[in-house]
Amino acid sequence: MPNKVFINRRDFIKTISTAGTGLVIGFYLPFKNNLQAAESKSTIEFIPNIWVSVNPDNQVTLTVSESEMGQGVWTSLPMIIAEEMELDWTKVKVVQAPVDEYYFGRFDMGTGGSASVRTSWEKLRNAGAVAKDMLLEAAASEWSVAKNECNADSGYITHQPTGKKLSYGELTRKAASIEIPESVKLKDPNEFRIIGTDLPRTDTPLKVNGTAQYAMDVDLPDMVYAFIERCPYFGGKIKAVDDRDARNVNGVLDIFEIETGIAVVGLSTWAALQGRKNLRITWDKGSNKYPDSGSIYKFFKNRSKKRGAKGRSDGNVKRALKNADTVVDAVYEVPFQAHATMEPMNCVVDYRSDHCQVWAPTQSPKDAQKRVGKMTGFPIDKVKINVTFLGGGFGRRAFNDFVDEGVEVSMYMKKPVKLIWTREDDMQHDFYRPASRHVLKAGLMKDGQTIAWSHSVVAPSILFGQMFKYPIPFKDKLDVVALAGAKEVAYEIPNINVDYKSANTNIPVGWWRSVYDSQNAYANECFVDELAQTLNVDPVQYRLQLLKKSPRHTKVLQLSAKEAGWGKDIEKDHYQGVSCHASFGTYVAQVAEVSVDNEGVVHVHRVVCAVDCGQPVSPTTIKAQMEGSIVYGLSATLNGEITIENGAVKQSNFHEFEVLRMDQMPKIDVHIINSSEAPSGVGEPGLPPIAPAVTNAVFAATGIRVRKLPIKPENLRS
Amino acid sequence: MASFLIYINGEKRQVKVDGNTPLLWVLRDNLKLTGTKYGCGRGLCGACTVHIDGEAKRSCITAIENVAGSDITTIEGLSKDGNHPVQKAWVAEDVPQCGYCQSGQIMTAVALLSRNPDPDEDDINSAMKMNICRCGTYNRIRKGIIKAAKEMKNA
Repeated sequence: MPNKVFINRRDFIKTISTAGTGLVIGFYLPFKNNLQAAESKSTIEFIPNIWVSVNPDNQVTLTVSESEMGQGVWTSLPMIIAEEMELDWTKVKVVQAPVDEYYFGRFDMGTGGSASVRTSWEKLRNAGAVAKDMLLEAAASEWSVAKNECNADSGYITHQPTGKKLSYGELTRKAASIEIPESVKLKDPNEFRIIGTDLPRTDTPLKVNGTAQYAMDVDLPDMVYAFIERCPYFGGKIKAVDDRDARNVNGVLDIFEIETGIAVVGLSTWAALQGRKNLRITWDKGSNKYPDSGSIYKFFKNRSKKRGAKGRSDGNVKRALKNADTVVDAVYEVPFQAHATMEPMNCVVDYRSDHCQVWAPTQSPKDAQKRVGKMTGFPIDKVKINVTFLGGGFGRRAFNDFVDEGVEVSMYMKKPVKLIWTREDDMQHDFYRPASRHVLKAGLMKDGQTIAWSHSVVAPSILFGQMFKYPIPFKDKLDVVALAGAKEVAYEIPNINVDYKSANTNIPVGWWRSVYDSQNAYANECFVDELAQTLNVDPVQYRLQLLKKSPRHTKVLQLSAKEAGWGKDIEKDHYQGVSCHASFGTYVAQVAEVSVDNEGVVHVHRVVCAVDCGQPVSPTTIKAQMEGSIVYGLSATLNGEITIENGAVKQSNFHEFEVLRMDQMPKIDVHIINSSEAPSGVGEPGLPPIAPAVTNAVFAATGIRVRKLPIKPENLRS
Repeated sequence: MASFLIYINGEKRQVKVDGNTPLLWVLRDNLKLTGTKYGCGRGLCGACTVHIDGEAKRSCITAIENVAGSDITTIEGLSKDGNHPVQKAWVAEDVPQCGYCQSGQIMTAVALLSRNPDPDEDDINSAMKMNICRCGTYNRIRKGIIKAAKEMKNA
């Protein structure tokens, strides 16, 4: 890794004006500091770039431009700056970035794709290193000594020969007049004292005393409350509305139609809710080709017989299957899934005659800003988006449909509005994890060789689906996103085909923690297990044989097997299943230990998880994200699914969409591989391996292959 | 609309609302105590858990008219500086992720420990299974409860 970074100052200017190409570091222009120095002599802050500010009281404030939705960016990202800047972690203050042109990144300030740390790594190290370098320069100049005699440590610059010492705060005036350096030296990973250590999360104190502010908690003077009654039938619309009773509800202010339904606005949450309850709406169900889950799966089955778009084609699968001694095939199905973030969708919008301000739990604040600009006709600088804490994201909040609604209502009412979705609204109007069908075939030889692998993914397309208002043109029918994890199957097999068969329905689909990797890994890893079984080889050994050229897969697989005591005696009636999958740049293997009772209920007792995510930044966060992904994935493996009935989502609340609770919680052991590779994602990669690890363990316990999720006890009763 | 007298976090408060208004919305809209969260509105998820006369209850399905005169504690009233042993244990174990469910988790855990200072695995399961966490912090919650129980015993 090069640890000298050259910074061309002219490029900053260019980078900022073209936002998104070229140099990733987004500095303010160096003049900003000089200007500030000239304008205000009394309080001079040192603001070397958009991520860092130091005030004369020695308060260091670090800015986070990703949305904090539980994944720990308020801790892991500032840690990277603090490392290079040599800060005292206990004195660091973290703030959420404003939504403006200076912040951009892989998704233009969007948070997702397990990308926060991996796409910030370089730019935040640079940001910290530049700040430290300028402070060293300032101190050297203050003392008229050579810079290389000075040392930065825990928020202080020390002149080593004399022992003179100044805090960063005492140096702000001087540092503000220093020009941004042309190049900076980054620390050698051996010198890391913050990165790779477990520091307390910066948001925890706010989250244990009720003061953490979610959009749901924002309160404005004169604010009113709104709920929307949306058509429950996909593709349906309003036929007739009788709002007489609703208008008579005490506290209801107004009822009107917006793009997504009927808005009921009240003086309080309860008044608006009661108003909505008293609406009498007749719906036109519209025409729906696939009005229930049965017809959707049938449609997928029919689509699977058609030709697909090639995603990967190695060798000649057709010929290899013909030559194989044994051909194994299997079909796997997975259902739609809701996100069910604990905080349902909501926002607060304050529309005024010449500007608009929004508080939103959004993963896509720039998208929100653009949309609000378009809706209000205001220029972008008159649209202020405040990103609050998100009560869960999981991909759902990449979509700003709830912001659109809030803006429409606030514009109509000419008042600040808090728009709230009930749990039922949230569950029935989600952008669901697509249901899918996976057709797999493999060719095996008597000597144990695996010579062919074929995987057809039949699924609705998120990218080319109907949920974008401005869909991306669907040219070649190949949605590579839908093949994530299927296309990259790591097993070394000479003939591989992976294809995609689009199967769009009118159910809105969207990003759901780990996206298509969740379905594709399930199919891959169950099928590999079936092949090992056919060849009568141990499932870990079989995988290792096919992963000889994949050292990072191999390492996590071996580590998880070792830590789980694979192949050794475990508790009576307990059985193990294994899986291994790489996604978002990170390699994960899991061993699940289960038992199946006489009622066919699967109990997951323990999950051992090995993860290689490159250089670990915050190990406690990595563990938390693995734990969280396993729990989220277990809910979808053991409990909940979204089904369609009569053109609408059947499940309405947590009694019908069951998620994992404390009494179902397995013990989870996470083992992190020590690596000096660049950091990769951790928010999602822990999820894809859990379903196949569990279903493979169920097979070991019962001899029954689970080829359709979630696991149904009635299929496992002995 | 009617007037109700309630005792919230040791303070006497008068609110004027419809009698069937859930306590949750009185806390959040009228009293601006937003630490108590809305999660499901049907008593299924536990995000709205508060203490009513010392017991963990779901404020989203508790009408204000049924708790008039009761002693109510919310997350804001649990301790002065966030230093209740359960809150401290939550910090020590780095429990919260998104944090939205955690007020409810903490209130349920405190109620559990006040009636059972030494809960075993099953006690924790049966008390805490009323509270959903989608981020999957359950094992850290479990550790937090055990840690807090120890501290409370030694206090």
